[in-house]
Amino acid sequence: MNVQEKLDSTLFEQSRRGRRAFAQAPDVTEATDLPQALLRRDRPGLPEVSELQVVRHFTRLSQKNFSIDTHFYPLGSCTMKYNPRACNTLASLPGFTGRHPLGPLSHAQGFLSCMWELQEMLKDVTGMQGVSLTPMAGAQGELAGVAMIRAYHDSRGDHERREILVPDAAHGTNPATANMCGCKVRELPTTAEGDVDIEALKAAVGEHTAGIMLTNPSTLGVFERDIIAVDRIVRDAGGLLYYDGANLNAILGKVLPGDMGFDVIHMNLHKTFSTPHGGGGPGSGAVGVGERLLPFLPTPVVSRTLRDGEAHYGWLTERDLPQSIGRLSGFMGNAGVLLRAYVYMRMVGREGMRRIAEYATLNANYLQARLQDAGFELAFPNRRASHEFVVTLKREAREFELTAMDVAKALLDRGYHAPTTYFPLLVPECLLIEPTETESKQTLDGFVDAMIDILSQARDRGASFKEAPHSMPVRRLDDVKAARELDVRFGKTA
Amino acid sequence: MPFIPHTEEDTAEMLAAIGAERIEDLFDEIPAELRIDSLERVPKALNEMEVSRLMHRRAQRDGAPSCFIGAGAYEHHIPAAVWEIATRGEFYSAYTPYQAEASQGTLQTIYEYQTMMCELTGLDVSNASLYDGASAVAEAALMAVRSNRKAGSRKVLLAPGVNPTYRKVARAIAGNQGLEFEYLPMDTADGGVDFERLDQDTAPVAVVVQQPSFFGTLADVDRLTDWAHDRGAFVVAVVNPTSLALLKAPGHWGEAGADIACGEGQPLGVPLSSGGPYFGFMTCKQQHVRQMPGRIVGRTTDLDGNTGYALTLQAREQHIRRTKATSNICTNQGLMVTAATIYLSLLGADGLAAVAKASHRNTARLARGLCGIAGVEPVFDAPHFHEFALRLDRPVAPVLEMLAARDILGGYDLSIEYPEFGPELGNLGHVLLVCATETKTDADIEAYVTAMREILETPVAQSA
Repeated sequence: MNVQEKLDSTLFEQSRRGRRAFAQAPDVTEATDLPQALLRRDRPGLPEVSELQVVRHFTRLSQKNFSIDTHFYPLGSCTMKYNPRACNTLASLPGFTGRHPLGPLSHAQGFLSCMWELQEMLKDVTGMQGVSLTPMAGAQGELAGVAMIRAYHDSRGDHERREILVPDAAHGTNPATANMCGCKVRELPTTAEGDVDIEALKAAVGEHTAGIMLTNPSTLGVFERDIIAVDRIVRDAGGLLYYDGANLNAILGKVLPGDMGFDVIHMNLHKTFSTPHGGGGPGSGAVGVGERLLPFLPTPVVSRTLRDGEAHYGWLTERDLPQSIGRLSGFMGNAGVLLRAYVYMRMVGREGMRRIAEYATLNANYLQARLQDAGFELAFPNRRASHEFVVTLKREAREFELTAMDVAKALLDRGYHAPTTYFPLLVPECLLIEPTETESKQTLDGFVDAMIDILSQARDRGASFKEAPHSMPVRRLDDVKAARELDVRFGKTA
Repeated sequence: MPFIPHTEEDTAEMLAAIGAERIEDLFDEIPAELRIDSLERVPKALNEMEVSRLMHRRAQRDGAPSCFIGAGAYEHHIPAAVWEIATRGEFYSAYTPYQAEASQGTLQTIYEYQTMMCELTGLDVSNASLYDGASAVAEAALMAVRSNRKAGSRKVLLAPGVNPTYRKVARAIAGNQGLEFEYLPMDTADGGVDFERLDQDTAPVAVVVQQPSFFGTLADVDRLTDWAHDRGAFVVAVVNPTSLALLKAPGHWGEAGADIACGEGQPLGVPLSSGGPYFGFMTCKQQHVRQMPGRIVGRTTDLDGNTGYALTLQAREQHIRRTKATSNICTNQGLMVTAATIYLSLLGADGLAAVAKASHRNTARLARGLCGIAGVEPVFDAPHFHEFALRLDRPVAPVLEMLAARDILGGYDLSIEYPEFGPELGNLGHVLLVCATETKTDADIEAYVTAMREILETPVAQSA
């Protein structure tokens, strides 16, 4: 073990039998009176370390991460914008963090008033009639949405509608979700210009069509221009329209999914409303619905009644919504995330919502224009960028072996988190770049300089980035070994 | 403009580079008839001081009552270091570790977390988390269907002590794939399975066993595990991670051990926070790893041969497998896992056992105190972990209201869920479930007992 490895060893290697962070646990010396037959005989192998060791270990680990707070993080489709600190501070007030989810309404009015107002604001920004906050991530919001579409058709005795149309550019969660809801997936091709192929759509719809899942602007970074035609075709065939809200940031306050004809939407609050991504969650996937799907919303939903002019907040449960698709979480979803989104929306306010879309779009189009000028090929050069856009390196890969992966890793060495790579799947060697509205022109210019540097080194000087990155805590990792010699817990290798 | 850094000069230069005159021009691909000029109901912006004032007022409005509710979410002391570190920007504002070289902090943390959960549950492999305990049960059932194909069944049987909300959630998530969730008959004396009334011809795909049960009771899980395995069913253990510092690990249940363990991770350093964000954990036997949902981190080496960490077995996941993925889960509960890993590191095996023992002791103390009041008696004759079911001589709801008026949250009214249980569970009306963790002092417990005595001394007619 070299010096670096020793410093970065796991806590299990730092553990010494009998060492404890004593201040953290209650002082209990007596033996338990539980029956011996129920007790474990082995001692769980948790680390035995001091508080300082724990603090130092995890602080050091944190420093090995790229994050929004430390680096520009233009990860397409993830909306990695600044997470205001006030959202965390205020959602962490003891009155909120200490509240038991099953506590009485008498001790919940402050919390519930925030949740009710959040529902109202989300209805406003989506043009929907009802909102349920319970889904715990985008994918769970999708599950709720497709389940509601299915329940709607079933409620009309229309049990044959089990086909969900999904464009080939869609997030993997779309087809995976349709499958989880017991539906069949039918993929739709995309035109060379990035729109849904309308002729293919006409051919695909029919009596089995349950609905279509669309992201608009799409994962290709362009607005679906034929949305009105798509709406008409699917609706005429008896299907419903599902809006994947992954890219809602691009159109906030500019156009409402409800006006585009969508019946149901999920929102990724950790994207559009700036709650933290947390190294892989928690997210929050609130769903909004139009008139037809109101009875099917997942429970619970926050309600408000006025008595003598005073608002009283409560819950709508299965009893109030007997046709509901049911409950998706043990309690009411990721409440603390919802509080952060609430604080964010109150700070941004009505006018600020539009500015988010405007400056996110400005940043994306500026970056797109600059990279195109610098010689990068756009996947859709004749289109406006929405809040993100796709660059393809298929020419560079062919001519001088500079792949999307190479650019991603070379960017890390230059202090930038990589864009999303190899997604959407239908564009070869692609980078999906989303700068978000919270980045300055100067940051974007720095990123362009880094991209130009990588391109020119590869093209003009024959540099290879196959071994990049060089300046990270580790170099390129052996993924094949990781899968083949499975080592997923310390002390045991499969 | 809040959180937007552009100066007027920046904007002008950027528009010039794009070749657009106004920002509005950038939206010209959206059909004009769809565009709107303004939102209607989002209020005008507040600055940080104003929103801070608003949130303080609302947080204070909900008070700081003395909480004796459990029922799936537990108040434990959270060491200061847990959230001090978990909310460092490098953890808080990173995303899923797709770029492994730039995410070693998150990846190594998850690897250490996976190790800890395997140690606690006595199983071989852990994923990087699911949304919460309820949805974890749904995912475990779906995983059992994929892994236990030879059972040829979509019927999942639940021990009577499985949290009724977990069943509702499992139905909502997995019901559309044809899975059915049915309760096994209950022995009303001890809250466990009534072995006499078990259908010996049943062949379910899985049996879900919750220990401690939703009623706080502990049962002979070995017997039920063996019974399930004898019928070709998987055993899904639903466990409270705090209790595992003391109780037999699912991997050692019965002859062969549970196949999958899952549960609610909230007790490990995550605040109650009105129900979330929490995290669901899941571990399993090695041979089922390819059917596991969610992210898994593996340890490997880099180009120089140094140790590093990366997401592995991604071919199970939606971004690769799409329709054929093991689950649609993508984003999970990363930050809560970071907090739990720090929590478990600070406590260690002895510290966690101390939390478990203190919670058990306090609940026993509370139950003894309450059962000393006329009109209160225990419901089950069984060992309890840190929750206790009590039968009152009157409806529970008004009693809880009177306690709440004294800022005591007296527990969970089991009769709320009774209709969902079905008639085989017998009459659970007037049953209150109480919980006193290590956070409760003797004085807190005494105050609750005294308040309950005063309330129950009032005749029923007047208290209703």
